Amino acid sequence: MLKSAVSLKRLMSAALLSALAALLTGCNVVTPDHSQSTFDTLGPVAENQLFIFWVIFWAGLVVFIAVEGALLYMVFKFKRRDDRDPKQTHGNTRVEIAWTIAPVIVLIVAAVPTIDGIFYADAGRFIDSNGASQELQVDVIGHQWWFEFRYPHPVNPGEQIAVANEMYVPVGEPVIFLLDSVDVIHSFWVPKLAGKVDMIPNNDNKMWFEAYVPGEFFGQCAEFCGVSHANMRFKVVAVPREEFDAWLIHQANPAPEPSDALAAQGKKLFRDEGCSGCHADSSSIIKLREDGGRIAGRTGPILTHVASRLNHLGIYRNSDVDFEDASGSRQLYVNSQGIPMNLNTRQPFVNEAMLQNNLKVWITDPESLKPGNLMSRDGEPYIDPANTLTEQEIDALVAYLMTLK
Amino acid sequence: MTTLAFPIPRPTHPTGIWNWITTIDHKKIGILYGVTAFILFLTGGIEALLMRIQLAGPEQDIVSAEIFNQLFTMHGTTMIFLAIMPLSAAFFNYVIPLQIGARDVAFPRLNAFSYWTFLAGAIILKISWFTGGATNAGWFGYAPLTSVQQNPGTGIDFWIVSLQVLGIASLAASFNFMVTIINMRAPGMSFMRLPLFTWMTFITNILIVLAFPVITVALIELYFDRAFGMNFFNTARGGDPVLWQHLFWVFGHPEVYILILPAMGIVSEILPTFSKKPLFGYPAIVLAGAIIAFMGWMVWSHHMFTVGLGPIPITVFTITTMAIAVPTGIKVFNWMGTMWGGAMDFKTPMLYAVGFVAMFTIGGISGVMHSMASSDAQQQDTYFIVAHIHYVLFGGAIFAIFAGIFYWFPKITGRMYKEVSGKISFWIVFAGFNIAFFPQHFLGLDGMPRRIYTYDASMGWNLWNGVSTFGAVVLAVGILIMMHNLAMSWRKGEPADGDPWDGRTLEWSIPSPPPEYNFEEIPTVYDRDDWWARKRREVRRAVPVAGGSGDDEGHGIHLPQPSYWPLVVAIGILIGGFGLVYPVGYYAISIVGVLIGMIGVYSWSFEPVNDPEEGEEQAAH
Repeated sequence: MLKSAVSLKRLMSAALLSALAALLTGCNVVTPDHSQSTFDTLGPVAENQLFIFWVIFWAGLVVFIAVEGALLYMVFKFKRRDDRDPKQTHGNTRVEIAWTIAPVIVLIVAAVPTIDGIFYADAGRFIDSNGASQELQVDVIGHQWWFEFRYPHPVNPGEQIAVANEMYVPVGEPVIFLLDSVDVIHSFWVPKLAGKVDMIPNNDNKMWFEAYVPGEFFGQCAEFCGVSHANMRFKVVAVPREEFDAWLIHQANPAPEPSDALAAQGKKLFRDEGCSGCHADSSSIIKLREDGGRIAGRTGPILTHVASRLNHLGIYRNSDVDFEDASGSRQLYVNSQGIPMNLNTRQPFVNEAMLQNNLKVWITDPESLKPGNLMSRDGEPYIDPANTLTEQEIDALVAYLMTLK
Repeated sequence: MTTLAFPIPRPTHPTGIWNWITTIDHKKIGILYGVTAFILFLTGGIEALLMRIQLAGPEQDIVSAEIFNQLFTMHGTTMIFLAIMPLSAAFFNYVIPLQIGARDVAFPRLNAFSYWTFLAGAIILKISWFTGGATNAGWFGYAPLTSVQQNPGTGIDFWIVSLQVLGIASLAASFNFMVTIINMRAPGMSFMRLPLFTWMTFITNILIVLAFPVITVALIELYFDRAFGMNFFNTARGGDPVLWQHLFWVFGHPEVYILILPAMGIVSEILPTFSKKPLFGYPAIVLAGAIIAFMGWMVWSHHMFTVGLGPIPITVFTITTMAIAVPTGIKVFNWMGTMWGGAMDFKTPMLYAVGFVAMFTIGGISGVMHSMASSDAQQQDTYFIVAHIHYVLFGGAIFAIFAGIFYWFPKITGRMYKEVSGKISFWIVFAGFNIAFFPQHFLGLDGMPRRIYTYDASMGWNLWNGVSTFGAVVLAVGILIMMHNLAMSWRKGEPADGDPWDGRTLEWSIPSPPPEYNFEEIPTVYDRDDWWARKRREVRRAVPVAGGSGDDEGHGIHLPQPSYWPLVVAIGILIGGFGLVYPVGYYAISIVGVLIGMIGVYSWSFEPVNDPEEGEEQAAH
């Protein structure tokens, strides 16, 4: 009996120690430098949300230590030692009132910053009754399984500029996002900048965030949206205002005509094989309806400037350089033509070989990267065995897409 | 009253398979519920293990994306509707009549019907694995992912029909137990003398009766959308997917309490027994349970903080959700008050019960963290929530159910389980559970969304996913050891006497296993822990209290008799359900099912009675 008590005690303390060790390593492993860590807050909304997390975390930790500590104490202190009945107590009104009121007070204290935070994170405060605001407003449209972003045209109020899976925002300014979806419910989430808000068909949701510093931020769909939910990812690139403006103007420009023969063959294939049925490749401009309403674009991501994106599908890197180097200094800037450049080499940031490889892998077997996607489900070259793309045709298509800078 | 000529006599099978098929004995039905639900719990566990193996490392390809989505949908649906609810129902069936001093439930044949209908629902859901793909839209089935455009296969239909059938089973059982608890208490057993498990069962069944109609309506709407092209949730034609979410969570949040309140009841029985002390603050615990159940209806939108309800509704639901932590905290503190100063004996049930308090507290704290909408904005739909629900539903509900299994095992089987093996399996389950689920808090805060079938190696999620999978395997080993212990002990364990734990409530006052009629004489109750008090001779003065059933004098022991018809009605429902999934030829299969069901219901009504005494009474009238 005594022996088992000792071994139990030893077991418990071993368990406690290892739990503590796990907790500490936990804090170490949940490191801010992970791409989607919620502890590396680089914008005011995420910062506020983290602050509220810490408020309740510390309160919760006190409760945790009190309850689990008391449990452990009792487990050792009040073991059955003989057959006698312990003192029979049925309750204690004073104690019970105390442990009812104490949590109420803690919760009231925690509720104050929370409610403040709820209103702080609401984008409604930037928008007047006409839906207008001083800040940049970007439409975010969810598709299975990619993100479409539409910016107001800086010059023509009747037009929007569309991009896919990678969005740029100006640093240090609140940006408002109008969230929508064309199919099922998705969720717009950039952990380092702000908590998520869902993108729901027939519901006009909005949110805002601001990036304190230039950088490339990971985003991911957080609401289960079908087969390739796991692959519905995107990037937010924050750059200074003038670089952002240059980027946006460049996105509004039409794509250049391909000059070499292979790319020209690719362009023809792009039309003949039906790619252009779903993908725009020559212009990113989408006209608004006369009443200012948004029209549906084409089914697939706009590819007009696909070759200047830092990531393929919002997932796979097109560059061997990071936005920042190890010391945290910037390595990317957008030049006056709106092309992302490497700050050290003054060469385009996008690595041609990586881009080429990414495009080729994708066009060859899209199903392996995004199971269930519309292109491998409905695209002619993928469902019609007579129409399968040859290696040469894939190379031509890749060569063409690579001209879309 | 004239006796109707009925062609099929009432079954009389004292033993054998037909005895189990026709039984309406609450104890046997309880065992059927328990064994069936435990097997289904294992299927849900296998689904979980497959997911954990897929996620053990980054970019793995063990199951496909589509299969993974089916796995987590089926895992959630299985564990909630086919494991935890029916495992609780197993205890309702077995324990409630014994605790209130009754010979059976109020409607024994309805009780058998509940079980067979539950089995029909389970078959309909699980068979969808083999009929071209199980449901894949999450256990919450958010529109419009469940629309026929998005999801043309039959998986969703099987899911809808299964939940409807399970709803019928749950509703029938709930009415039965509410009536039983109100009407069939032994003389003197007032409501404030009810054992806590009976109290929580009573509250749970009220919740079921109120909550299931909501999901029934939602599922009918969804079925109409899919089958008849109606337009409740079809966004392409202006339907609103948020309507589904409101309906689902108005059901879904009370459902959470349907899962946890019976567990709280079980723990409230075990802690006093093994501490040799009465429950601390009995009225407070009862009241807290009732308040939790009531407030459970005011918090559903905390599942929808990211849906864009606007800051004012979000604030309201933040406050109500934070408030529900108060009665929950009261329960935890009172359990600790029960143990304080007690003489605790750490038999296996007690280990699980204390483990419940410890783990449920962690789940409660993380629950408060995402009751606060601002904090939740980063946690919603991440592994942080996965960790939370497993701390309340595994560390909570399942720990309590395991505690209950070990606690009532001697009563049910008349044999003792192996204590050493029981303790070993507890520690392995406890360790495996924490290794599997605690790291998921880290993953969630590290930005890992839930319901993803793969993740990138560069995201920094590799280590804790690997650890979590390791923990899941340890957990599975612990459960296997426990099953071995229970199976072996059931066959050839030491015989148990009627009261192995020095119990407090009436079920321990009768032999193990209890005779068919439970109580030779219906006891009269004078105290809250009546059996304990009787043993300690504390009751010297009979204090009659209003409540409980009247006296039983002048009758012999009346026992309800076996019947074929509950099973026949359930078979009708099963066939009818398949007809709804495959509506060939104007629902021909469904019509067959309805006919069988109607035959069952009419035969049920006109079934002859074999009881000679009752026959005499009827003849005399």
